[in-house]
Amino acid sequence: MKHLNEDDLVLHYYGERQDPEAQRHLEACEECRAHLRSLTRVLDAMNRLEPPAPSEDYGNRVWQRIAPQLEPAPARWWAGWFAPRRLVAAAAMAALLVAAFLAGRVSQRRQIAGLSAPVRERILLVAVGDHLERSQMILAELVNNESKGPVDISGEQQRAEDLVGENRLYRQAALKAGDRAVSSVLDELERVLLEIAHSPSKLDSAEFDEIRRRIESEGILFKIRVVSTNLREREMPPASGKAGRSL
Amino acid sequence: MEQSDATAVAQVRAGNPDAYRVLVERHSHSVFRLAFRMTGNEQDAEDLVQETFLRAYRQIGRFDGRASFSTWLYRIAANCSLDLIRARKRRQEQQTPISDEGEDLGASLPAADPAPDRLAFSGELKQLLAPALQGLSPMERTAFVLRHYEGMCIEEIGRALGVNAGAAKHSVFRAVQKLRRTLEPALSSARS
Repeated sequence: MKHLNEDDLVLHYYGERQDPEAQRHLEACEECRAHLRSLTRVLDAMNRLEPPAPSEDYGNRVWQRIAPQLEPAPARWWAGWFAPRRLVAAAAMAALLVAAFLAGRVSQRRQIAGLSAPVRERILLVAVGDHLERSQMILAELVNNESKGPVDISGEQQRAEDLVGENRLYRQAALKAGDRAVSSVLDELERVLLEIAHSPSKLDSAEFDEIRRRIESEGILFKIRVVSTNLREREMPPASGKAGRSL
Repeated sequence: MEQSDATAVAQVRAGNPDAYRVLVERHSHSVFRLAFRMTGNEQDAEDLVQETFLRAYRQIGRFDGRASFSTWLYRIAANCSLDLIRARKRRQEQQTPISDEGEDLGASLPAADPAPDRLAFSGELKQLLAPALQGLSPMERTAFVLRHYEGMCIEEIGRALGVNAGAAKHSVFRAVQKLRRTLEPALSSARS
């Protein structure tokens, strides 16, 4: 029998090749045994790569984090997104988020701290509005894509990934501000973006239809437009002589 | 008596999300280990654990029970990880073009032939392992982690990653080949 090649030896190492003839050859051939020893040294060394051990209560922490996002009907997790009460609350939630920023509970953007309150307010409103607008553009592009057959969404994915980071900051700020409702909604938005970001970049028509249906069927674009319009109105400087609108 | 995975899955499918807690608490550590080996980063691994359990929850209606729940969950975790690594690679490529076959191992690793007297196996060599793994292409790394650490057979890896067994096998072979190329000089030095 000819010598075993490296692929044979890999399969042998993992016990995926139970070939009596190969086994006999290994017993008889010092050269192949030396190759196997060398391979074994490398693969055994990889066992020393130990991930850090999470704390004992790690499972509980994961559960606490995801539990608020679970709906009773798993296959339709997004169904609650656009319930009328949620829709009505959406603009208020965005406003609450901005209010949390304005209340000084978010300190990351220190350069803003030295600005006057109205200027600071407008900057933050623009930032949140811009975030929603960019989210809306991605969703609109996906919904309006009428390609038949495989669809490449790598461009949308990359932008969604960028928005996930930003969304996470807003969500954490809301969480620090103690506003569970806002953080919960941002969690959901994050999952929509994550779903896009983590989908395969090339989708077959069924997979793409499913993503599109989720976005389209419940009116997410409408909801974002409502909130964006609301924020844009708030971005306008108050007319002279009138008191600034409170958030 | 401890509730089985199958019982918990059945309860979740019957509309009781709280039953999912058993599955999350039971499998979080192992999913974290898989995610960490895939990403090499604790924060990314934690995010992937959450994403994996959320995705699994949404897809639990599709779980047909032919494989164990943990195997099914690892498939989801592996795919989440693969997506993340590919996305990260795309970003890196935009900043610094790199080979499609993975990163340039030589550029990212410490010299692989330090003098034997300077190489303590459990110390310096250990530092080579993580970069060596991270230097594999996304598909190679995923296939290797599933084969080496999770004990999945080649066929299972193919099914998990949506490729045929030949492609899965090829990815494992290439991964091992690259790891050998990177680590063998150091291992030989340590022995001499």
